[in-house]
Amino acid sequence: MAIYYSEEHEWVLVEGDTATVGITQHAADQLGEIVFVEQKEAGDDFEKGDEIGVIESVKAASEIYAPVDGEVIEANEALADNPGALNESPESDAWIYKIKLSDASQLEDLMDLDGYKALIG
Amino acid sequence: MSDAPKRTPLYDLHVELGGKMVDFAGWEMPVQYPMGIMGEHKQCREKAALFDVSHMGQVILKGDNVGEKLETLCPQAYATLKEGKARYGFFTNEDGGIMDDLIVSNAGDHYFVVVNAALRHQDIPHMQANLDGVEVTEIFDRALVAVQGPAAENVVGDLCPAARDLKFMETTLAEIDGVQCRISRLGYTGQDGYEISIPEADAIRISKLFLAHDDCEPAGLGARDSLRLEAGLCLYGNDIDQSTSPIEASLSWAIQKRRKEEGGFPGAARVQKELAEGAAKKLVGIKPEGRAPARQGVEIQCTEGNSIGAITSGGFGPTVGAPVAMGYVSAGHGEPGEKVNLIIRGKVQPAEIVALPFVTQNYKR
Repeated sequence: MAIYYSEEHEWVLVEGDTATVGITQHAADQLGEIVFVEQKEAGDDFEKGDEIGVIESVKAASEIYAPVDGEVIEANEALADNPGALNESPESDAWIYKIKLSDASQLEDLMDLDGYKALIG
Repeated sequence: MSDAPKRTPLYDLHVELGGKMVDFAGWEMPVQYPMGIMGEHKQCREKAALFDVSHMGQVILKGDNVGEKLETLCPQAYATLKEGKARYGFFTNEDGGIMDDLIVSNAGDHYFVVVNAALRHQDIPHMQANLDGVEVTEIFDRALVAVQGPAAENVVGDLCPAARDLKFMETTLAEIDGVQCRISRLGYTGQDGYEISIPEADAIRISKLFLAHDDCEPAGLGARDSLRLEAGLCLYGNDIDQSTSPIEASLSWAIQKRRKEEGGFPGAARVQKELAEGAAKKLVGIKPEGRAPARQGVEIQCTEGNSIGAITSGGFGPTVGAPVAMGYVSAGHGEPGEKVNLIIRGKVQPAEIVALPFVTQNYKR
């Protein structure tokens, strides 16, 4: 298992050719209190940089961008009833997608934890 | 004029309290404090919240017959506004559109006017140019602090007993901890409360006295916006602007009977015509059925799929516990209970037109 981070403040936890994707605690803190999450469905495929969902906080709507190419295996349905979980545990229970990776070499473009920490200062 | 955002007399207090500062209409203002927008919103509905609204323009009008002269710019009955009373109103343009909304108070030897932050540079020259024989003076040395919520009477009244005797839309001068302040029982949250004009040198100290009350916490612009939206109150620039008439904006309640009949204000012909025949569109409350907030610009369709309008303000209503919105729908639509569709990011989301406000106002009348 290895964990990667994107400049769009997502984490990607890789296990073989699948991964779990979510937003970082830093992102959740910046967004403020989250009240709604719009997700893609299982089977939807996407390319790196595509908008793959929207997170609405009390302040504003923010897009989720795909950190890599892939296909949705599962969207975390618990977020529909409890979007606030994204503020409480964005890096564990409140994951957003489980995905199948199309091109594992794209992971090399992402950051490790030290790189991400340097990004957010 | 410098591009750097200006700071209110309470700036240092916002920083001390952990306020997250943003540029709003040229002012560096707290959007929220560590409690968060949701908590601050509920604090105001359940207890009391303190807001810095010093970015708004405070103006003193002095001269003879100021109220009558204001009637040439506004459709409100300001000539008959009694001393010690305040009244919500707006400047209209020649086409009957709304130039800005404002609060006018009759302070006895002068009138006290509060206008929107972003429009002080329009409104003050407008009054100077059109109110003959009236001295129009913008005040820069006073903070304006709002204390709002069911506990506001205790928060303010414990320091200033005279505040308890005021009713909704009444104003007085009174001392708070030895400092003379103008205290008005009004606000823009849908709650009972006060707006207090305080000399800038004393603003932080007096604000801290309010905040020392167990029931009072600071709240920022984020909560202010969700509170006024749930209360069904218009935000200038979103819900009303130079093109919208007061009748379209469902503000006919704010035009007194005599003015509706007599006219005599800019754009009166359009306003009277719309009163008689109805307006081309009207502002209504809209409650999305799902959880997706409908924000400004979202298209409103009738259930047959034709476009009938757009959302002008929308978001999550913390007290309602669901998304709430306001928007314009064309004539023939807009009865409470009517089902509509909202087009949010290309998806159809069902919604219903509802009567405003979303929460019961609890003013002390």
